[in-house]
Amino acid sequence: MNGSVPIVPTTLFDKLWERHCVETADDGESLLYVDRVIMHERTGGIALDALARRRRAVRRPDQAFCVVDHVVDTEPGRGDATRVPGGTDFIAALRQGAAAFGLRIFDVNDDDQGISHLVSAEQGIALPGLSLVCPDSHTCTLGALGTLAFGIGTSELEHVLATSTLRIAKPATMRVVLNGRPRLDVTAKDLALKLIGTFGAAGAAGAAVEFAGQAVADMGVEERMTLCNMATEFGAATAVVAPDEQVLSSVLATPMAPVPAPVAEWSRLVTDPGAHFDHRAELDAAQVEPQVTWGTSPEHCASVHAAVPPPSGAAARRALAYMALEPGTPLRSVPIDAAFIGSCTNARIGDLRSAATVLAGRRVAPGVAALCVPGSRRVQRTAEAEGLDEVFRAAGFEWREPGCSMCFFAGGETFGSGKRVVSTTNRNFENRQGPGVRTHLASPAVVAASAVHGHIAAPDPV
Amino acid sequence: MVPLTVHSGVAVPLLRANVDTDAIIPSREVRRVSRTGLGDGLFANWRYVDGQTGRPDPEFVLNRPERAGASILLGGPNFGCGSSREYAVWALAEFGIRVIVAPDFGPIFRKNCVANGLLPAGVPMAAVRELAAWSDRDPQHNRLTVDLVAARIKGAGEPVPFDVSRAARIRLLRGLDDIAMTDCRAAAIDAFEAERFAAEPWVRLP
Ligand code: SF4
Repeated sequence: MNGSVPIVPTTLFDKLWERHCVETADDGESLLYVDRVIMHERTGGIALDALARRRRAVRRPDQAFCVVDHVVDTEPGRGDATRVPGGTDFIAALRQGAAAFGLRIFDVNDDDQGISHLVSAEQGIALPGLSLVCPDSHTCTLGALGTLAFGIGTSELEHVLATSTLRIAKPATMRVVLNGRPRLDVTAKDLALKLIGTFGAAGAAGAAVEFAGQAVADMGVEERMTLCNMATEFGAATAVVAPDEQVLSSVLATPMAPVPAPVAEWSRLVTDPGAHFDHRAELDAAQVEPQVTWGTSPEHCASVHAAVPPPSGAAARRALAYMALEPGTPLRSVPIDAAFIGSCTNARIGDLRSAATVLAGRRVAPGVAALCVPGSRRVQRTAEAEGLDEVFRAAGFEWREPGCSMCFFAGGETFGSGKRVVSTTNRNFENRQGPGVRTHLASPAVVAASAVHGHIAAPDPV
Repeated sequence: MVPLTVHSGVAVPLLRANVDTDAIIPSREVRRVSRTGLGDGLFANWRYVDGQTGRPDPEFVLNRPERAGASILLGGPNFGCGSSREYAVWALAEFGIRVIVAPDFGPIFRKNCVANGLLPAGVPMAAVRELAAWSDRDPQHNRLTVDLVAARIKGAGEPVPFDVSRAARIRLLRGLDDIAMTDCRAAAIDAFEAERFAAEPWVRLP
């Protein structure tokens, strides 16, 4: 090779992987070093209890965090009591595990409590170039910061806590390019839904997705988090976006940001020109309209201005039956019973501002139940300082304490069987928000507009 | 963990696409801080008339007498998509499922299966349908035999090859425990960590 070392162009994901790969066994599985762990009450207590029973230590308690978000109540003035049957036990088990192993916990009424993925970003638990795991499938939200983030199961959590590593085969890579500039009424949520609608709910086929392109470069950090969040619904193993200036300034403002900041190191977290990806997909963001789902998979989506499409097969027929919709019905004429703004997908401050813009000076249609659940205490505080809580309340929305809330049904709160809900969450699966609940996924602006009109609606033209 | 080498059993088909973990075990069926007590909640929304663990729906395939004792689940594309909840795998295991045959799986679900000794066997949809059709004719008699050593499923005709990662195969064949396996690599992990902290001190929280 004449002494010159050829420089192989490398993807961002490969660079992140390389930084954390301890070794790769003959069987193709790697041991990946995990810098940070964050766990919630739904599974954290079980994993910590299992470790205690094995008489194992948490290998690096300084890197492990606990947060109460999944089954905690969101009523103002809440305590440990939950509407979720047994929920209090889950909270108690996490608290006990955290105390036993000396882990920092963001407890029910901690000033920094919130949905784990928001807390990770707000606190600087997730940073560019770090690896992070959480026993929740939307952990890849943090790829928006240039973090190598994986959602894991409970047994894997135990393994990470005991060994600081994750056993994982390296996924294939996929570059998803969102070209062009989206219309002003189109958000990251709409682009994510359109992507899933175009390529399918398993479109990423377990690959590590890197989002790139003009539309991604133009997005704020929060919108990138929404996009990466929905990569799970795209069938991705994880997602990343190369961290740029705005990401660096946002992570540097967090309490756990390193001083001095390794800015030079972070700025190398990019895909080299010419790097090889195993798969590619492209979408023209300029052509996308605000989206809403009509079925029971995120891939069952269409423009809010379109009609319910004719079913393509048995799955779509089943979805239409569950959703009680007829093909050909204009989506904008579909009456709703409830509106939900919340979840790790769309409950950051920008989401609340966007909904509040639609709601300002207006009222939710008679008979529509409407709920806004900020994603974290920080979001809640900022919103309240800006008077957004008043906008929501004046419009007829309930204003809640942070948590996952009605993003999923765990036996507690639900809008009720047969109710049709427009929701900023990420899953419209059968019964996801409660037995028989019919969920339509959409952006915060579409949810707010629908709440005001009493039927699925587009936000006003801007 | 109980090793899995060759497994014969009654198959049960649930061929719809995108069966998610909420469908496998609705979160409301997870009532205790425990890995057990989940079998009754398996597919609760479909298995019971009222969706609650009360009256079994006699029409639902898992409740059919001819499927009694089923241990091999035949599924559709993107099986086990959705949340990371390991309760879904614990519920399947408690019900008696050892093998899930489907074209592909949710990535976290697949790993959770292996961690609990369940085999996620990847087989193209057309072949899943053929296995199901043969089983349908006489489920109790037409048992499938899953051979993890040869990575093949025997139904009526030629054995059907299935896809499983090498790592998962070895782990299942030997019934290995992940933490014990990794403990053998403790020195490598310590060395890697020391290097990482030296090269990038900011990684380490004070
Ligand atoms: S908000 Fe929903 S999707 Fe996000 S972590 Fe909570 S339950 Fe999971």
